[in-house]
Amino acid sequence: MESNSTSPNLAVRKAARPGWALAGERTLEILIHLCGISAILFVLGIFFFVFKEAFPVLGHEKFSLSQFLFSQEWYPTSEVNKRYGVLAMIAGTFSVTALAMVLAVPFGIGGAIYISEFCGAKTKETLKIVVELLAAIPSVVWGFIGLTVMSRLIVKYTGAPVGVNVLNGGIILALMSVPIIVSIGEDALKAVPDSFREAGIALGATRWQLIWRVLLPAAKNGLLAAVLLGVARAVGETMAVLMATGHAVHIPHSLLDSVRTLTANIAAELGEAPVGSDHYRVLFLTGVLLFLITFVVNLAADFMVRGIRKK
Amino acid sequence: MKLTMQATKQGNLLLTGLATLIAGLLLTACKPGGGQAGRTAIIQNKGSDTMVNVAQAWAEEYKKVKPEVDVEVSGGGTGVGIAALIKGTIDIANASRDMKPEEIEQAKRNTGKEPKLTVAGYDALAIYVHKDNPLNEITLEQIAQIYAEGGTITKWSDLGVTIPGAANDTIVRVSRQSSSGTYEFLREHVLNKKDFKLGSRDMNGSKEVVELVGSTPTAIGYSGMGYATPAVKMLKVKKSAQEPAYEPTIANTLAKTYPIARALELYTLGEPEGAVKDYINWILSDAGQKVVEQAGFVPLPPERRTRPGS
Repeated sequence: MESNSTSPNLAVRKAARPGWALAGERTLEILIHLCGISAILFVLGIFFFVFKEAFPVLGHEKFSLSQFLFSQEWYPTSEVNKRYGVLAMIAGTFSVTALAMVLAVPFGIGGAIYISEFCGAKTKETLKIVVELLAAIPSVVWGFIGLTVMSRLIVKYTGAPVGVNVLNGGIILALMSVPIIVSIGEDALKAVPDSFREAGIALGATRWQLIWRVLLPAAKNGLLAAVLLGVARAVGETMAVLMATGHAVHIPHSLLDSVRTLTANIAAELGEAPVGSDHYRVLFLTGVLLFLITFVVNLAADFMVRGIRKK
Repeated sequence: MKLTMQATKQGNLLLTGLATLIAGLLLTACKPGGGQAGRTAIIQNKGSDTMVNVAQAWAEEYKKVKPEVDVEVSGGGTGVGIAALIKGTIDIANASRDMKPEEIEQAKRNTGKEPKLTVAGYDALAIYVHKDNPLNEITLEQIAQIYAEGGTITKWSDLGVTIPGAANDTIVRVSRQSSSGTYEFLREHVLNKKDFKLGSRDMNGSKEVVELVGSTPTAIGYSGMGYATPAVKMLKVKKSAQEPAYEPTIANTLAKTYPIARALELYTLGEPEGAVKDYINWILSDAGQKVVEQAGFVPLPPERRTRPGS
């Protein structure tokens, strides 16, 4: 935190310190440096491993990449004709995630604005604790709620034949991502200097004008990060969607259709796929696909942030 | 500034947590050294979701007979159990279908031992519908037309029934994930190795199938007979339209008149030995077979019990 503009002062201090302290500092520096690099190493390592397991299937004559991406026929254990098409699962992942975001973003950002700008100190503390508790509920518990409570409610109020479907999965995922969006969004709003608020109020802005024209533009990067982490949670979630979406290989035509997501499919099938078989490699290829999806989402967000900055 | 302070606080908390964890680990690590070593035997048991309830009941009962033996039971599906047996990480694999020749081959290559089968009971594969469904009988051909790829039956009216109070006529097919032995059994013996129609709800357990059918008036599902609840009805099954239909009962399964019955199988690597052999012998005893019956399956009559090593 201290400014280091006074360099002669620093040099004096350095000379006055004993050798072991300097060595200790060096070691610490190297350690922290390694910690920083390790994140990159891990990401590359995971990508390498997943791709290495998936790669051999690409050259296989029975496997075609266009079938993998554009066919909805998923028959990995068929005795007559094995087919590996994940189009229905891509559609499943996108539909559930999109619905979850439509529900979670307004609630999440709204909640963040309320906690940061409107409520009193006591409510604020209580709300923050409760929201964090919500974030700590394990995903399998959410899945259980989806399978039992939510599915009955959906059958009762929509007349759908089955309660485990896109709507159920979307609501459950929305409930799981809202706490993340709220707590990170609230941090982003808190980081806007109070001088902005004071200047706005001094200029005679109403609360609404202040939030809409000053705070939201000032905190947009942080808010975008909050939404993105919410999306990441929704795309990557496995257990809850496995239980709540019905796990049916089917391109959804309405909110009340059952779907299967890419993640749930990997979770359900990797355990039984013999190591090194085509089925096993195709599941890893699905992992690569998930990797690419999140990569594109992150990249798009990065460009968006840059675009906003330029304006 | 406030932010950094918070971070340090969290860091402290984390450190304390870590320290506690490590201390806990050290303590537990010391325990087995306390003179008990060698007396407890652990049997790893994994596989079929159909059998996971009965396997757990066996383990609990056996604990009362031999407290020094721990049987660790987990499900995941027959395929998962067999995959683990091939890797040699478990002692007994529960299976609701036979091992395939290539799986036996793989196990031999990997572990050098031939998988050995012990039949521990029978199960009738029941076809479940909602309790309000007026349908009472179904033929194997109709099941195949409902479930198999290219099958023509998609509506309840195709079977000549209307579901009371349901707006939708479409049959909601409830199925199992592809690692399930029940899934493969149905494909092999009812669908004649044809694939399943896409779009079925693939549940991750026998119990989930029955639960979903029980809460969905227009659903049909298949699962072990031991999982019946008051919310569902088991259909009588007949081989063809001309033959009589049979209920999935103990008597019909043993008489082999119920057309889709199968064995509850235990696979071991080579002839079972030591604690595993004792355990399997106990399963085949009257006490073990009583557990089979209590779990809703069909116990073996005394003359059909083939003990290992005999």
